[in-house]
Amino acid sequence: MHRFANPARFMRIAEAGLPWIAAGSAGCVAAGLYFGLVASPPDYQQGETVRIMYVHVPSAWMAMFVYALLAAASAGFLVWRHPLADVAARAAAPIGAGFTAMALVTGALWGQPMWGTWWVWDARLTSVLILFFLYLGHIALTGAFDEPERGARAGALLALVGAVNLPVIKFSVDWWNTLHQPASLARLDGPAIHSSMLTPLLLMALGFLLYFLAVLTVRMRALLLARRIRALRLAGTG
Amino acid sequence: MTRAFLAVVGRDLRLALRQGSDALAALVFYVVVVALFPLGVGPEPGALERMSGGVVWIGALLAAMLSLDRLFQADYEDGGLDLLLLAPAPLEVLVLAKCLAHWLTAGLPILLASPLLGLLLNMRPEAWLALVAGMALGTPALSLVGAVGAALALGARRAGTLVPLLVLPLVVPVLVFGVAAVEAAAAGLDTAPPLMLLAAASLAALALCPWAAAAALRQAAA
Amino acid sequence: MREFLEMGGYAAYVWPAYGAALATMLGLLAASLASARARRRELAALEGRGRTRRPHRPGAAAAEDGHDAEAP
Repeated sequence: MHRFANPARFMRIAEAGLPWIAAGSAGCVAAGLYFGLVASPPDYQQGETVRIMYVHVPSAWMAMFVYALLAAASAGFLVWRHPLADVAARAAAPIGAGFTAMALVTGALWGQPMWGTWWVWDARLTSVLILFFLYLGHIALTGAFDEPERGARAGALLALVGAVNLPVIKFSVDWWNTLHQPASLARLDGPAIHSSMLTPLLLMALGFLLYFLAVLTVRMRALLLARRIRALRLAGTG
Repeated sequence: MTRAFLAVVGRDLRLALRQGSDALAALVFYVVVVALFPLGVGPEPGALERMSGGVVWIGALLAAMLSLDRLFQADYEDGGLDLLLLAPAPLEVLVLAKCLAHWLTAGLPILLASPLLGLLLNMRPEAWLALVAGMALGTPALSLVGAVGAALALGARRAGTLVPLLVLPLVVPVLVFGVAAVEAAAAGLDTAPPLMLLAAASLAALALCPWAAAAALRQAAA
Repeated sequence: MREFLEMGGYAAYVWPAYGAALATMLGLLAASLASARARRRELAALEGRGRTRRPHRPGAAAAEDGHDAEAP
């Protein structure tokens, strides 16, 4: 942990690895697309629409994962004052929002042929929609202050407050769901998924994860440069 | 500590009464929002009745948001916030006092107005009690979570639009349970479970929000 | 090939789903790279200007060094 506490060293390592991570991401996604679209069978129930799963599920996984990271970075910033934590959080939020939007859109496109409806207010969909709003709120809040440090502190606190809310939302909508017909979602924890489907799924998930790391590094670099620019401007150099 | 608590409540109430227009504006906004629905959706009684629970609750949520960004604004601007931070009473208690004052000037009027608005939307009389009970149990959570949002956005640009964006996703459970209680009552089902969940939400907010809002205020003043 | 594109009749759902995902990811990547590039240029301009305008100003030099230590 302390080895990564030095921002300069952290960014050097991250940017040295960036071409490899980017290549790895592209490779995994390409392989995942091949296995998902070409080399795997259509589902006996859902036909070809099951292929949407290969983008929908990894997106949803990443949406959750990035928020967990956001909350952890926020804790790291507020509690341990880790010098890069707030930068990481601010860089991650738009990527998380992007994955969440992807999950929602691909989910709707999967839902229409499957359930006959673009949207249904069940536990999973509603909590993902709320997650999307939490991301948007974080992005809005961190950018709403003239002083970036203030925005970072406020955003970190919001991320932690929102994290507390997530299990509550999931639970509350589970309860609400009993008044409505529960939707039948394709469950991965039900019947064991065949390896021909598991392979592209995991490849895409890995590809998305590596993509996230790559874009995070780029965004962090941009934020650090902006910080430097601001400092120089304030010091009267510019 | 009680004295400080009551002092803050009293001061906020007096300020609110002096500027009576604020509480009135929230109420008028509530009525207008609810009235927009039949105008937009059509006056067919069955359709309105089915929506009534949701519309009345959504209107309440939005109206409660209106005055939130000003909750700490005046103190922040005139330096009163620093005094609150230095006060012998814990900041969390003072935040609670402000939440109580906000509830008295926003939540309570909304609560009292809600059955009439339900009436406007053909809400079944059996549901009115569940509506009011739900509001009584749920509106405190709105003030409490609202305080967190207001504290986080203190000093931000366009805090007026930012605070609802932050608070509304966090109070979705209140909306969900409030509407569930109304719909259960209208269907003749037991309303205790959603009402108890509302109470739980408000109690959880009571436990967590003063602490979170105080933390936000401290870093706002830092 | 035709079968592949038609996706068993579900082409209207499968391809937009993949398209939306790809567009989002590539768009975000492009925006992030553009933003970093713009900041780099801006910083270079600032640092270049600073050196030519006030070459011996100790305050400015110290500020740059200070920030080198914390965030390159």
